[in-house]
Amino acid sequence: MQDILLDINDLHATIDGKEILKGINLRVHPGEVHAIMGPNGSGKSTLSMVLAGAPGYTVTGGSVNFHGKELLDLSPEDRSHEGLFLSFQYPVEIPGVTMVNFMRAAVNEKRKYFNEAPLSASDFLKLMRQKRAIVELDNKLASRSVNEGFSGGEKKRNEIFQMAMLEPRLAILDETDSGLDIDALRIVAGGVNTLKTDRNATIVITHYQRLLDYIKPDFVHVLYKGRIIRTGGPELALELEERGYDWLKEDADAK
Amino acid sequence: MSSLTQYLQLYKEHSSVIDANSAPVLNALRPAAFEMLQGAKLPTTRTEGYEKTSIEDMLAPDLGVNLTRLHIPVNVASTFKCEVPRMSTIMGFVLNDAFLPAEGNASRLPEGVIFGSLAKVALEHPEIVERYYGKIAPDHNVGVALNTLLAQDGVFVYVPRGVRLEKPLQLVNIFSSSVPTAAFRRMLVVIEEDASAQILVCDHTQDCDRAYLSQQVVELSVARGASLELYDMEESSALTSRWSLTFAAQQSGSHLLVNGTTLSNGITRNDYTIDILGEHCDTFLGGMAIGSGHQHIDNDSTVNHRAPRCHSRQMFKYILDDDARGAFEGGITVHPGAILTEAYQSNRNLLASEGARMHTKPQLLIYCDDVKCSHGATTGQLDQDALFYMRQRGIAEKTARTMLMQAFMADVIDTVGLEGLRDRLRHLVEMRLHGRTSFCGDCHTQQF
Repeated sequence: MQDILLDINDLHATIDGKEILKGINLRVHPGEVHAIMGPNGSGKSTLSMVLAGAPGYTVTGGSVNFHGKELLDLSPEDRSHEGLFLSFQYPVEIPGVTMVNFMRAAVNEKRKYFNEAPLSASDFLKLMRQKRAIVELDNKLASRSVNEGFSGGEKKRNEIFQMAMLEPRLAILDETDSGLDIDALRIVAGGVNTLKTDRNATIVITHYQRLLDYIKPDFVHVLYKGRIIRTGGPELALELEERGYDWLKEDADAK
Repeated sequence: MSSLTQYLQLYKEHSSVIDANSAPVLNALRPAAFEMLQGAKLPTTRTEGYEKTSIEDMLAPDLGVNLTRLHIPVNVASTFKCEVPRMSTIMGFVLNDAFLPAEGNASRLPEGVIFGSLAKVALEHPEIVERYYGKIAPDHNVGVALNTLLAQDGVFVYVPRGVRLEKPLQLVNIFSSSVPTAAFRRMLVVIEEDASAQILVCDHTQDCDRAYLSQQVVELSVARGASLELYDMEESSALTSRWSLTFAAQQSGSHLLVNGTTLSNGITRNDYTIDILGEHCDTFLGGMAIGSGHQHIDNDSTVNHRAPRCHSRQMFKYILDDDARGAFEGGITVHPGAILTEAYQSNRNLLASEGARMHTKPQLLIYCDDVKCSHGATTGQLDQDALFYMRQRGIAEKTARTMLMQAFMADVIDTVGLEGLRDRLRHLVEMRLHGRTSFCGDCHTQQF
């Protein structure tokens, strides 16, 4: 039997006492790309934030197994070390913290977690140079404050750059296509595809089918009112593009 | 009984000893100060401008004053390393209130430049000291009068016309004593026309289990076209109280930067008053405070624009953790006739715990049209979104918090004009936020 990378079982979660996730079930294997689609307010971003361990979300039921570990028992930083990466819908600006210091701290904390020595300054800079080329970020990146003054496209490219630096087992891309023009979209998607191996997996959260022209999913899930109401192959995304969500909503609401 | 009484009593009983161990120029002003203090009151929390710091309470403990100038056997230069890497300075030490030059200073100072003991220079060149001593600090101020009454020594810096000091002067103030001690220090800095200097002052404490009180008055005279940068950094102990009053007079076309930084302390009250007296002056007054435990840091800054076409900026930032207390009162006064003034003030504070408190009171008084002034004060917590973003990337919460706090201080450190000091400050702030400071001697182990 193939290894399971992520196994979400009947996951329930609330924010401010309001139940947003009402029993999510999802299984992801290494090498797979899953797309999660759904109308606004269906719980897509909540799912990504709960998996990453964001404060403010309360898990009220269910379990999440991440390659043999109980994900929900881990701190956000340990989830990161164990290989979970979230590309934020709205990357946060951190004035005064340079990209080079930010990434060095992130990379070396992960190495520390696995009892590895910190990277030397020259090895680290070499790694940065190599990885930023994947998303075509220029050499001023290192000295700039994290996301401060970045354009929408640069912010999303910066997310993929960080993903390249940290080499996660599972990347969750939350609305990575929002605010991107077509060229930036191509660069970002190209980066994601370059980083894809048969040992890691990707969950793409998106409103639109557009991104899925560039990042080909193996599975498409529709999330509505906190549950996955339909799962299919790539053709489901095309069908949604054509027909919208209403036919599925009616189906789900009727149950 | 007022806390002042013990010091008035001390003067009354020992005035001849005080005078005998000082200099006539300093002694000359004591009787008037004594008169002024009769019936005067020290500020308490009911005094306007002192709502958060009671000087009355600060001065209440019965501490020793080294009136007879007993030699305290400590080799400051060897026990204390206050080096700023990549920065070559000319050093001087003040032990409690007595100035001790570092060896070989005289040969390193340009001709005519004085960096030495106030009392000694007042004996050797009374004509110079007399011209400036007590002329900038207002004699009706209780803190000034108390200092004038009891200060026997301190530091005198004199840079004659046109001389530009290449190396910064570095003054290390050290408290060290076998008994709880009060020191009344005086600092007088005179920068003549078109001259320039950079001065770094660090306050340190040895024997941290003893109570110390430092009461100091700093007078800064910045002449036409002159430039002065003064960095005043406190890294004292939890039992140290400090009441420092700085007064500056700035003539036309001059540049003045005053930076007050508090990294560790007990109770501190710093008063800064800058009078801009001539046109086209440029002034920066600011600094930072990092408090934890029960540290108490109160800065009061006032910039008086008394001449047209000048530019001033004030920027104070605080990070307070645990049960630390911070206070800031900042004023800009634009006097009649000071047209085309540009004056800005900002106070931003970060509270890192539930128990920390910050009080801030920005004020603008404008008696003149055609000026640009603004002030802003904010007090908040660390950005939770940034914190989570960093943790998602694997940075431990504690490290992430420290990085965000360092980032918060980045812009105020950037205002420091000495590159070596900027690097040193970044390092000190990082250490401080990790709970360590660069203490001297046996205080190395102190943790916050």
